[in-house]
This record gives sequence, structure tokens and C-alpha cells, in this order.
Amino acid sequence: MAHASAPATCPGDTIDRAGRRWTFRHPLVIRLAHWINVACLAILLMSGLQIFNAHPALYWGAASTFDSPALAITSDQDAKGDPRGIVMIGDRTFDTTGWLGLSKNAGVLSERAFPSWTTLPAGQDLATGRRWHFLFAWAFVINGMIYLLYGLGSGQLRRRVIPDGDQIRDIGGSIREHLTLHFPEGEEARRYNVLQKLTYLVVVALLLPVMVLAGLAMSPAMDAAFPLLTQVFGGRQSARSVHFIVANLLVLFVIVHVVLVLVSGFWNNMRGMITGWFTIKAGPARANDISGAVR
Amino acid sequence: MKPIIPHRRRFLTAAAGLVGAAVLGGCDRLAGTAFGQRALKLGEDANLYVQRLLLTPASLAREFPESAISAYFKPNGTIDPPDKGYKALAAEGFMSFRLEVGGLVERPQSLSLDEIRALPARTQITRHDCVEGWSSIGKWTGVPLADLLQRAGLKPEARYIVFHCADTMELAGGGLEGQDGEAKGGEAKEGETKEGEEAGTPIRYYESIDLTDAYHPQTILAYAMNGRTLPVEHGAPLRLRLERQLGYKQAKYVMRIEVVDALARFGDGQGGYWEDRGYEWYAGI
Repeated sequence: MAHASAPATCPGDTIDRAGRRWTFRHPLVIRLAHWINVACLAILLMSGLQIFNAHPALYWGAASTFDSPALAITSDQDAKGDPRGIVMIGDRTFDTTGWLGLSKNAGVLSERAFPSWTTLPAGQDLATGRRWHFLFAWAFVINGMIYLLYGLGSGQLRRRVIPDGDQIRDIGGSIREHLTLHFPEGEEARRYNVLQKLTYLVVVALLLPVMVLAGLAMSPAMDAAFPLLTQVFGGRQSARSVHFIVANLLVLFVIVHVVLVLVSGFWNNMRGMITGWFTIKAGPARANDISGAVR
Repeated sequence: MKPIIPHRRRFLTAAAGLVGAAVLGGCDRLAGTAFGQRALKLGEDANLYVQRLLLTPASLAREFPESAISAYFKPNGTIDPPDKGYKALAAEGFMSFRLEVGGLVERPQSLSLDEIRALPARTQITRHDCVEGWSSIGKWTGVPLADLLQRAGLKPEARYIVFHCADTMELAGGGLEGQDGEAKGGEAKEGETKEGEEAGTPIRYYESIDLTDAYHPQTILAYAMNGRTLPVEHGAPLRLRLERQLGYKQAKYVMRIEVVDALARFGDGQGGYWEDRGYEWYAGI
């Protein structure tokens, strides 16, 4: 009862005049790495879509099988003879007019896989798209290395991505919290929840490294230097497909991440990632553990 | 440590700033400035530097078995040069074709196709990686560039090899692709022409590589593809194979090889037709 209504005082906590409890959650390196990463991923995604648009089809294996792509974003004519945008996945065709394959660019319908508002540069320009992509790929990798080295050295990474034993045992409770959008307050809010940690673990330890490796595997020079790299992906075209799929998974992650930031206390989360300081509300250890607070 | 509890308005400002940075509308404008251009080129510089550290002269591009050869190898770029001179050569099976090797060499060379075919050849089945993203696998037979350069003997100041090609890509001043490249004067379209460049002068494909790549064992001038005479759509009579770089480096319709100390005086000075149009000179990725 006592621990449920009044959070324990932790070293580094500060209580302001209004009686709110503040904890220092994100060190400077983590905050900087986070926002640099936001910029890098945004530019990499948009320039990546520009590069994809130069040949909007994916294949499996070493070489392209042009007449049977695994995925193609293109355009054709509908039954009435009007142009339409289509996405072809294997034998199936989906009408995506206005979004994919055929979309408006400055008010004019144009045939491009991803619409101009998603690509960098906005117009068709593979050369400039590649330059953006490689420059920010370097920035992303250097930033990521700093984050990993700092995170490993300071113990921050472990704290952020490895669930504690009790969290693993109560994974069902965390799933329930996410489904009802009720998140821990009080003491429990000091640490990331188990689904959050596992998601960050998958992104940091799996998706982002695979993204970099699949990108490098497409390079003919890297293929010559480390033949195994391209082979583990099953060939250059497979590496390109993996690069595309993982990009989609990262977009999905960002959408979920932003939604959860919004619904779990937007200002507190944003303040935390900008200044480092995060407020801990007095409250039950678990948001859904109301009976425990009353008892 | 004292908590920094900023006013909500400061938050809005900071958040708005971040959103502003995330909205990439300004990126295109930045890329248009001289600073932006130079900054964007940093990625290529880093790629060249690091990949050259990782690659030894002995690092070979992967070679594939016969069974991996693509049933359809996509011809790209020029597939039928519009130039009258080239058409005449092609019509007689390149009988009077001579490959010129000149510039900073001790012994300029002029070789017929038969003479080139009589030289020791290398055959390799490799993957052709287009900058657009697709790949095709083909078998190439040709003479190693290193052998030709050895015959010619490079002067000490030699740094780059420039490949002059037969195919006209456009006419200076805005001529259309696919038009007869030999048509001079009178036909010029409206538009800007560079200083010292007559409107209507054909702008032909060209490429350049440095000596590291020139002496790589897989760098060959191919005259055969998949066991048959190199077809016109793939660059007859000779095309460069540069297996550790992207497709646009692998110049087709090579007529003349020039050994030089600098690239500034060719085209717009960037080392190749596509390089002059923004693509990387080093295309290892």
C-alpha cells in the first residue's frame, strides 16, 4: 500500500514545488542519438523510396527475373481503358490508384511507384536520391555505433532492451495493458515495460543491423570483398527484397512507437526525450492493479 | 542535478523545430546549393575510401556457374547507336574497326578486332548490377585491360583510363536522344550550349576508371557474350567489364582508350556521361 501510493525516493529524483516527482531518464548521448536517428531514418526512408522507384520491382535470388517479379508497383489500364496504379504481389494484383503506381504530382497524374510526397528528392532523380541515401547511411551507422558503445558501456542498453525476470513472468499483464491502452504509473513507470523492451531489442539487435547488412550486400564491391555477405541473403536481388521488407517493418515500428508515445503521456514522453527529465506519478504499481491500491 | 522543467511553450517550439526538420521540403533546396552538393558528395568519398581499404587487388567479383546465366539479360542505356559512322561499322561486321589506345602511353596502339581476339583472353560469368537496382548474369569473354595497357606502356604521370564510346546520347544544346548524332549545324534545338561547344555537337557516352580498377584481373574489354559475338544492344564490338562496380561504369561501344592524368577536360569534368549528370564516379555500391 505504501509503495503503491507514494513512490520511493530514488537517488537523483527531485520533487518540485507542486509536489511532482522528477526522475532523470535519458542521458544526453541517448537523447542526441535518438533525434539524430529520427532525421537519418526519415531521410534514408524517403531517399530509399526514390531509389526503389528507379526499378519498382523485387525478386528473389542473385539476378532479376523480369517477367515474374515477387512484387511490382506499376501501372496499367483498367477495363475502361483508364490508367490505374497497381501493386502486383506474385499472381495477385491490387488497385492502388492515387497512392502507388499512379499518383498526383503537382496536380498531374504521373506514373511512379511511390508518390512524390514520399520521396527525396520529390521528383524523379535517382542520382540525387542515392547521394542522400549514402551520406545519411554513414551518419546512421556512426550514430548507431556511438549509441551502442555508450549503451553497452553505461548499462543503459541492457536496462532498455533486456526484460527483468518478473517482467517476463508477467508478460500477460503487459499485453493486457497494451490492449486497453492503460500503462504503468508510479514506480513501475521507472522502467520500460516488457513488450517495449522486447520491441526495442528486435529493432536494435535485429532489424537495424539486418537493414545495414542487406544494404551493403547489394554493393558489387562489398560482394567482392565479403562474398559470404551477399550469399547469406540468398543473392543480391534477395538482399534488395529483404532491405525493402525490413524498411516496411521499421515504418510499422515507428507508427506504433509514435502512437504509444501519444497515448502514454505525450508531453511527459517528449520532455523526457528532449530534456531527459520524466515525471513519475504517485499511483499504483500497475495501472490495472486498482484492487491492489484499494486493498 | 536540478531538473529542467521547461515551459510548455518552449516545448512546442522545440517540437515544432523537430517537425520542421522532419519535413524534408527544405532538403531539395539545400541539395541545389554548392554547399549542399559538396556535402552530399561526402558519402561517395567515404564509400570509395572504405571500399578501397576493404578490397585488395585480388578481391574478385563472384563468378557464377553456367547454369546461373540469365535467360534474359536486360540491355540498358543505348541499345542501337544512332551514329552514321557506327552504323557503317556495324553493317560490315566491324571489319575496319580499330581500337585506339593513346594518351599518356609510350607506344600508342591501334588494334583490329581480329588482333584483339588473338590476344590471351579471359572468360568470366558475372552479375551485372544496374544502378536502378536490377541484376542480370552473363558470360563475358575479352582481353584483360591490363594486357593492353602493358603493350602500350603507361607514362609515369598516367592516372586514369578514359573510354571514348561511339554512341551519341544527345546533341549539345538539347538535341533529342535517338536522332542521328552525325547531323551537325542547322538541326540544333534551342537551349543552352556550353562555352566552346557548338550547338548540335554530339555528346557521346564516355567513362573513366583509375589504375587500381584498370589492372584488376576481371577488368576486361569483352568482345563475346554468352559464347557468341557481342551483340549491338550489349555494346559491340567492345564493352568494358568492371565487375566490382555498377552497370553504367561498364562502357559499351568502346572506340578509343585514352590514358590521362586528370579528368577535368572531358565532358563536364566529372569523369563520365552519367557522372556529369550527378551519378557517382565511384560506383562500388
